[in-house]
Amino acid sequence: MAMILTEEARMVRDSALGFFRERSPITELRKLRDSNDPVGFSRALWAQMAELGWTGFLVPEEYGGSAFGIAGLAQVMEAAGRTLTASPLLSTALLGACLVSTAGSEAQKSDILPALVTGERILALALEEGTRHAPHSIALKAQKDGAGYRLSGRKTFVLDGHIADTLIVAANTGGGTTLFLVPSTASGVARTRLSMVDSRNAANIAFDNVAVGADAVLGPVEGGAAILDTALDYARAGLAAEMLGSANEAFDRTVQYLKDRKQFGVAIGSFQALKHRAAQMFCEVEVTRSAVMAATAALDQGGNDAAALVSLAKAKANQTFFLCGNEGVQMHGGIGMTDEHEIGFFTKRARVAIATFGDTVFHQDRFAHSMGY
Amino acid sequence: MTDLATFRAETRAWLEENCPPPMRTWMPEDEQVAGGKKAVWKRPEQKIWLDRMAAKGWTAPTWPKKYGGGGLSNDEALILEEEMQDLGCRAPLRGMGLSMLGPVLLEYGTEEQRQTHLPPIIKGEIRWCQGYSEPEAGSDLASLRTRAVLQGEHFLVNGHKIWTSNAHHSDWIFCLVRTDPTVKKHDGISFLLIDMSDPGVRPRPIRLISGASVFCETFIENVRVPAGNLVGELNKGWTIAKRLLEHERKGIGGIGARQAAKFETPVEQRAKQYVGEVDGRIADASLREKIAAYNIDAQAFQLTRRRAAEEAEAGQPPGPLSAMFKYYATELNKRRYETILDVEGFQGLGWEGDGFNDDEIRLTREWLRAKANTIEGGTSEVQLNIIAKRVLGLPD
Ligand SMILES: Cc1cc2nc3c(=O)[nH]c(=O)nc-3n(C[C@H](O)[C@H](O)[C@H](O)COP(=O)(O)OP(=O)(O)OC[C@H]3O[C@@H](n4cnc5c(N)ncnc54)[C@H](O)[C@@H]3O)c2cc1C
Repeated sequence: MAMILTEEARMVRDSALGFFRERSPITELRKLRDSNDPVGFSRALWAQMAELGWTGFLVPEEYGGSAFGIAGLAQVMEAAGRTLTASPLLSTALLGACLVSTAGSEAQKSDILPALVTGERILALALEEGTRHAPHSIALKAQKDGAGYRLSGRKTFVLDGHIADTLIVAANTGGGTTLFLVPSTASGVARTRLSMVDSRNAANIAFDNVAVGADAVLGPVEGGAAILDTALDYARAGLAAEMLGSANEAFDRTVQYLKDRKQFGVAIGSFQALKHRAAQMFCEVEVTRSAVMAATAALDQGGNDAAALVSLAKAKANQTFFLCGNEGVQMHGGIGMTDEHEIGFFTKRARVAIATFGDTVFHQDRFAHSMGY
Repeated sequence: MTDLATFRAETRAWLEENCPPPMRTWMPEDEQVAGGKKAVWKRPEQKIWLDRMAAKGWTAPTWPKKYGGGGLSNDEALILEEEMQDLGCRAPLRGMGLSMLGPVLLEYGTEEQRQTHLPPIIKGEIRWCQGYSEPEAGSDLASLRTRAVLQGEHFLVNGHKIWTSNAHHSDWIFCLVRTDPTVKKHDGISFLLIDMSDPGVRPRPIRLISGASVFCETFIENVRVPAGNLVGELNKGWTIAKRLLEHERKGIGGIGARQAAKFETPVEQRAKQYVGEVDGRIADASLREKIAAYNIDAQAFQLTRRRAAEEAEAGQPPGPLSAMFKYYATELNKRRYETILDVEGFQGLGWEGDGFNDDEIRLTREWLRAKANTIEGGTSEVQLNIIAKRVLGLPD
C-alpha cells in the first residue's frame, strides 16, 4: 500500500500544513525579499522546524535523527511548497543529511549530523558548473597536495551557498568525481550571493587553491558519482513533493478566483474555455501526486526502480508546476501580473524549481535510459 | 494458507487446467467474444473457454450465485483477474450486458427482470446493445426523442437511435425513451428493455473510418414492448441512465490494462526495430524523448489508478479521482497510437495488401478506431465539463 499515507505520515502532513500556513505564509517570503534579508530565510523558523524533528528525518537515530524517511519528509516539503517557504530543507535536511549519512566517516557524521539536526549547521552542495543540471561533468579540480588536496574552480547555483557553514564540493580528481567537505570560511573560498527570480537562495562560489586535509574527503576517493546519484534522487523526489505542493496551491487559488471574479455579469468560472483548462490542471495535479508518492515510497523501500520513478516524478512535477503557474497568472488577468498579488510568486518559483536538479528533458532522457531505451 | 492464498492457488490450477492454450494468446479485436444468438465462432476453443468460465460464473465474477454469477468478493475477483492476466488468458466474454446492463439490473431491476436477463448474459446466450444516442441527442443525451407511449400492458415505441454499437449482432437493446414530453427533459425519460427480434427494430450498419462496421443506426417503428420491461419507475430513467454511463466510462477508462500488458510490444521496442539503436538506445533522440514523455504520462496514470484502488481498499469513500479516468485513459490511448505511427514511419501508412505486414495494418486500423475512445461514452469535452462541475464546483 505505497499509494496511501501511513497514519504517521498523515500526522506529519497535517502538522506541517498548519505550521507553514501559520508561521510562514507567502507574506514572509515577500518580507525577506523586500528587506534584502542577508540570510534569505528565517533562522527562527528553521529552529522551530528542527524542533519538530523534520531536519532529522533522513538522519539515523544514533546521530539525533529519527530516520523517518523520505516519504515523511516529502509531506513537510509539500506543505512548505504550498506557502513557498524559503528554508534550508532541500540543501540541508535532504541533500546534506543524505550525503553525510550515507557516505560520511564516523568522525564526519558525529561532527556534522547532530548539529544539522538541531538546525545549527547549514550545508550546501556545490555541484553545478554550467548553465544546466549536469551531475556527471565536473571540471573543478582537486589536486593532491601532500596528504591533502587543493581545490580550484567555480561552482554555480549552489542552493543556500551564501549562508552554508559547510560546503560539499564535487571535484574532479583526475579519474572521477570526489566529494569534499569544505568549511565555507576556508581561505580561497569566495561566495557571490545570487538574487534569484523566486527570491530564494543561491550563490556562485569560486575556489582559489583552497587547501583541505585528507579527512575532508566524503566517501571513497573517486566514488563521488554514485554517492551523488543516490543523494540527488532523494533531493529530486523531495523537490518534486515541494513542487507538487506549490502547483496544487496555485491551482486551488486559481479555481477559487474562477468562482469569485465576475465578468459579463457571471463568474468567470462559468466560461467553458476556463473550465476545461482547470479540469485539465486537476488531472495533471493528481497524476503528479501519484508519481511523487510512488517515487518516495520506492526510495524508502530501496526498490531498484527508484531512479526511474524519481525521474518520472520530477518530470511530472516540472510539467505540472509550469502549467499551474502559468495558467494561474493567465486566469487572474491583469491582477495576476501585479507584484502585489501572490499568484505571480508561483510562476517565478516554478522556473527555478524546474531547473533545479534536472529539467523535463533531462528527466525524460534519464527515464528512457533507465528503462533501457 | 489464508483463504485468499488458497483461492489464488486453486484458481491458478483451475485456469491452467481449463483455459485452452489458443485462448492464452494475444486477442485481436476481431476475436473478442460477445456471445448472443448471432455469435460467430472463429475458433472452437472460444466456445469451450466461454462455456467453462460461464459454468463457474466467472464471466461475471462478482454477480450473485443465484443468477449464475461467480459470487466472488472484490478481493477474489481481483485475484482471478491477476491470475488470468499472468497466464495471458483472454476474456472469455465481453459486452454491454456484462459491463453495463447487468450492474444496473442488479441495482435497479426487479427480481423477475434479474431472473430473466442475468443468466443468459452470464452464459453469453443473449447479446445486448445500447440505445442511447440519437441523431439530435449526442452529448445532450437528455434531449432524446424516441417516444414510448404506455397503452395498457404495453408501451408503443417509435424512434431513431444512432451509433448503436453492434446492434446488427445483438438480440436485445436497452433504450432510453421519452415517456413524458411535457416536463423538463430529464424528468420524462424511462429505461426500457426491447427484444430486437421484433421486425419493427431495424439496425443498419454504418462504416467507420477504420473500415470496420461496429455501429449502426437503429430504427424503431411501432414496436410493442411489455410494460414489465420498464426498469425502475416510469419517467425516472435518467438516474439509471447516468449510473449505466458510470459503468461504461469505468470500462473505457480501463483501456490498455488487462491482456495488453502481457502481449503488446512496448512502443520503445518497436522504435528500436524501426529506427535502429545506438549503444542500446533508440537512435533518433527526438523520437526517444517523445516516447519517454508518453511512457511517463502513461505510468503516472497507472499509478493513479493504483492509488484509487488502494484508497478504495482502505475504505476511503470514492474520491474525485475516478472522474478523470475516462478522460485521461482515452486521451493517452490516442497518443499511444499516434506515437506508434510516428515510430513506424511509412510502414504505418498502409491500409491493406502488399508492402505492409499484418501487425502494421492492424495498428493503422486500431489507430483510427482509437479516435472513437474520446467520443464514445461521453466525449472528452463532456468529461471535462463533469470534472469542472462535480469536482471543482465551478458554476454553470
Ligand atoms: C465508436 C462509437 C461507438 C458508439 N457506441 C454507442 C452505442 O453503442 N450506443 C449509443 O447510444 N451511443 C454510442 N455512441 C455515441 C456516442 O455516445 C456519441 O457519439 C457521443 O455521446 C457524442 O455525441 P455526438 O456524436 O452527437 O456528438 P456531439 O454531441 O454533436 O458533439 C460534437 C462535438 O461537440 C462537442 N460538444 C458537445 N456538447 C458540448 C458541450 N456541452 N461542451 C463542450 N463541447 C461539447 C463534443 O465534445 C464534440 O467534440 C458511439 C460512438 C462512437 C464513436
